[in-house]
Amino acid sequence: MRSLSDQKLDRLRRIATQPDFSGTKYRLIRELGHGGMGTVYLAEDSDLNREVAVKVLNASADEAALSRRMVREAQIIARLEHPGIVPVHDVGVLADGRVFYAMKLIRGERLDKYITNVASLKDRLRKFQAACDAVSFAHAHGVIHRDLKPQNIMIGTFGEVLVVDWGVAKILPPGMTEQDASEAETLRLLPGRHSDEQQRQEHADETTHGTIIGTAKYMSPEQQRGEIDELDQRSDVYSLGAILYFLLTNRAPAAIRPREVDAKVSKAAEAVCLKAMSVSSADRYASAADLGADVARLLNDEPVSAYRENWLEKVWRWLNKNRVLVLIVLAYLLVRIFFLFSPWR
Amino acid sequence: MSKPLIGILVGAVLGAFDGLTAWFTPAVRDQLAGIVVSSTFKGIIAGIAIGFFAKKFHSLPLGLLFGLAIGALLAYLTARFAVGGYYFEIMLPGSLVGLIVGFATQKYGRTPVAAHP
Repeated sequence: MRSLSDQKLDRLRRIATQPDFSGTKYRLIRELGHGGMGTVYLAEDSDLNREVAVKVLNASADEAALSRRMVREAQIIARLEHPGIVPVHDVGVLADGRVFYAMKLIRGERLDKYITNVASLKDRLRKFQAACDAVSFAHAHGVIHRDLKPQNIMIGTFGEVLVVDWGVAKILPPGMTEQDASEAETLRLLPGRHSDEQQRQEHADETTHGTIIGTAKYMSPEQQRGEIDELDQRSDVYSLGAILYFLLTNRAPAAIRPREVDAKVSKAAEAVCLKAMSVSSADRYASAADLGADVARLLNDEPVSAYRENWLEKVWRWLNKNRVLVLIVLAYLLVRIFFLFSPWR
Repeated sequence: MSKPLIGILVGAVLGAFDGLTAWFTPAVRDQLAGIVVSSTFKGIIAGIAIGFFAKKFHSLPLGLLFGLAIGALLAYLTARFAVGGYYFEIMLPGSLVGLIVGFATQKYGRTPVAAHP
């Protein structure tokens, strides 16, 4: 008997695990990407005649807990109506029992791919600032992303910035303590499943203390230690700082300072990055909005809160910021001096 | 500060400074007061024109171009009436003053926000 090649086996496996969209308004076109929890497909919404991205729970992941987590992810994204967060259109259960949600199809590329074609630091910083805005909006609505990294930031074809993959996000309702918040991470969408028993189950599904979630190089120290209860928005601030490190140096965050990797990185930019990436969360920016504000100052050649300039640096920054004016005034003075010492006077 | 006001202020200061440099030309030193007054006046006229232009057109290149043109035109008129025909010595710095005023109005002037009914 002939054995099947790995390639053929893979193909068969893919066909076997393809979602069954019958009974829904979606028509499967092709797979877009594959993650640990779910697979994202390109599909057509037959009612509205448009293409959408549909995230479907992986076939192997048949546990109820993962289904609830997926619904929870959809709920989290749905509550965050912001231009920097991809909108969710629909959520439901497929004929094969798998949970799915449909969202806007983002046409563009991931930040890590995008910057390979973009040399301008200003453009990178603008994109980063937009990501800070989206994360700050999420924080204001009590949501912590917990897995921020360049691969989870998409740049659309019109230059729009979208923070994606809220699969491990933590909900922090306003006015609640951290302890309350971890208990509040429950689901309320799956129809007809709101019994006490179910709620207890949902609580049990949530990430528990000691669990490590996220991506190592972009994870805050407290997240790496698995101190889930201690995580707050400053953990995301750390990850944003790590992304800034990547944008400044083209390298994943490491133990060396950005200026040691690339001497062209300004002292102010390095200070902003290192402040966001402080080991102690108390030393970081208090919020993503504060970090975004410092990045805006960097973009406008203004002094940043993370770095104290000496007078020489202040003068140099002012001259740099007003270089056109400085050049014209210099030209004027040169002309005046020229006429002053001109031999034709 | 509004763009016309910045234009007037920068134009007046630079015009006065520009006039004062006549002190270095011994031939016209005795006319210094008149030169400074007329140069300041010229700067204010240029500042008003450039300021209102900047209010209408929010473009740095256009502002620079207009400033240069107005500065050159007013300096040309001044040179025409000046004794000795110092065209080059008056027009070149005068144009640069217009350029500076054009830059300042576009860069530092504030556009008033339209009131909503």
